[in-house]
Amino acid sequence: MIVYILKRLAIAIPTLLVLIVASFMLMHAAPGGPFTSERQVPPEVLANLNAKYGLDQPLWRQIVTYLWGIIAHFDFGPSFTYKDRSVNDIIAQGFPVTLTYGFLSFIAAVLVGVSLGVTAAIKRNTLLDYIAVGISIGAQVLPNFVMAPILVLIFTLTLHWLPGGGWSFDDPRFWIMPVVALSTSYMASIARITRSSMLEVLSSNHIRTARAKGLPSRKIILRHALKPALLPVISYLGPAFVSMITGSVIVDVYFTTGGIGKSFVDSALNRDYAVMMGITILLGTLTIFFNLVVDIIYGWIDPKIRY
Amino acid sequence: MVIDERKMASLAEATSREDVAGRSLWANARRRFFQNKAAIFGLCLLIFVVAFALFGNWLAAWNNSDIDYNVMGDRVASAPSFADGHYFGADDLGRDLFARTVQGTQISLLVGVIGTMIAVTVGTLYGAIAGYFGGRIDGFMMRLVDILLAIPYMFVLILLLVIYGRSIGMLFVGVGLISWLEMARIVRGQTLTLKNREYVEAARAIGVPSATIIRRHILPNLVGVVVVFATLLVPLMILTESFISFLGLGVQEPMTSLGALISEGAGTMNYGTLWQLAFPLFFFIITLFGFYFVGDGLRDALDPKER
Repeated sequence: MIVYILKRLAIAIPTLLVLIVASFMLMHAAPGGPFTSERQVPPEVLANLNAKYGLDQPLWRQIVTYLWGIIAHFDFGPSFTYKDRSVNDIIAQGFPVTLTYGFLSFIAAVLVGVSLGVTAAIKRNTLLDYIAVGISIGAQVLPNFVMAPILVLIFTLTLHWLPGGGWSFDDPRFWIMPVVALSTSYMASIARITRSSMLEVLSSNHIRTARAKGLPSRKIILRHALKPALLPVISYLGPAFVSMITGSVIVDVYFTTGGIGKSFVDSALNRDYAVMMGITILLGTLTIFFNLVVDIIYGWIDPKIRY
Repeated sequence: MVIDERKMASLAEATSREDVAGRSLWANARRRFFQNKAAIFGLCLLIFVVAFALFGNWLAAWNNSDIDYNVMGDRVASAPSFADGHYFGADDLGRDLFARTVQGTQISLLVGVIGTMIAVTVGTLYGAIAGYFGGRIDGFMMRLVDILLAIPYMFVLILLLVIYGRSIGMLFVGVGLISWLEMARIVRGQTLTLKNREYVEAARAIGVPSATIIRRHILPNLVGVVVVFATLLVPLMILTESFISFLGLGVQEPMTSLGALISEGAGTMNYGTLWQLAFPLFFFIITLFGFYFVGDGLRDALDPKER
């Protein structure tokens, strides 16, 4: 098991380095420096500015300094657009919001998706199954950026039940639409995967044995069928997490939650490379870490996996 | 929004089975495909969407960039009507939404198809080479794919678009860069089984060079998997492009795509101009449905297993 975890780590750490170095190089290759503007800056001032931000150093040295800043002090450097705020400030402001509804969405997608899938598989070819399958097929073509306007149209503009945007940590009414918009399509995918793998497991030999033994069906499903049926779901969680993080950009922009995604898009439009990189690296790290956790859980649950 | 890995593996196995005497794999598949109602429905949707994209401009009374000053800024006058030739109404700048939707559909389909073509070419070759040569080359090549897959590509793609300009060409490159990874993985898995077949061994025994074996014996047997995966990849590419365009970082005016139109429609819907959201959304959804149904139908036709 330890060897297996170490092996996974051996992939995770280079991935992270590749991500950081690649985005640094991309940023460096961009035409125009951070202090290029219409107003001509005297060359002495420019030289001073470059020296202050370390831009006169050779590229490898800049990368090492940047990396060291992140590792040693968790410091992503200054923002190029907002002179009074660092990348850390911007992240600290938006990240808690994104993390809150992101976490809720993830839990909702997994819980609802798995229950829907299991129910559909147990009640196969009944009305319940058709409804569950129908929902999961329909939700496939409703990605977050389609769900968001539809939800606002129904619950804000027509029914006036929920606020159409904004965020408050104290009022759960602000959380509902971001969570639903973000989780629906993943819920659908999880339901589909759970249903098909549950059906496969239910027709396997060890379930037949359990039935023959006379175990109550609740016990068969919870104890014997669910665990193997969840394996494909777990391997889907990694990719789902990546695209949910990506989807949070849409939620932040559309619902003006003040989350980190909005800062990302703003910095993209303002060419504030430092903020873009900081957010990319932060979310990349989160993704890679999550993939590592999923891999370890998978190795722990699946007896067939070779360490 | 998910391509089930296990189903793809089962498909790979089914298409690489040696033919029993009688009808060929493809003849059987064709028969089964045309018996599948959902697949036929999907095919009809796709034919409709493609016809709309190709010939829609013949029906349009307006050009997609002309501004109709009679309806501009007028909520009532810009509603859909046959009298003034705005079948789908007009957008908030007075441009004909029918012509814009035709253009948006064209661009979205183009991004989907080109992204998929890159995936097919690069992914198939990469996967076939890694799988065929095996050993250390395979280990290195697939480790690279693993690393690239773990990166939240949407952020890197946006980084690329911002740095190198938001042009449609860059969008194709960016979408193509990420689309081939999954394809390479699936093709490699299939190649691993194929290369142990007798006919490959026979070819190797009489001294056929590796490149020729890959071209003559491996690639033709990959067609089934590649076709199915490509069909399911097109909607994912369309989703990616729409996502970026929804944020305003994708195709730029006067060009448009379905994602950009949905974004515009979502932005103006609280003024009661619902058609600006409804028509692009309708074409977006039926395009995705079409590809999903046809892809699922093809897979079930090539790998008939009760699910």
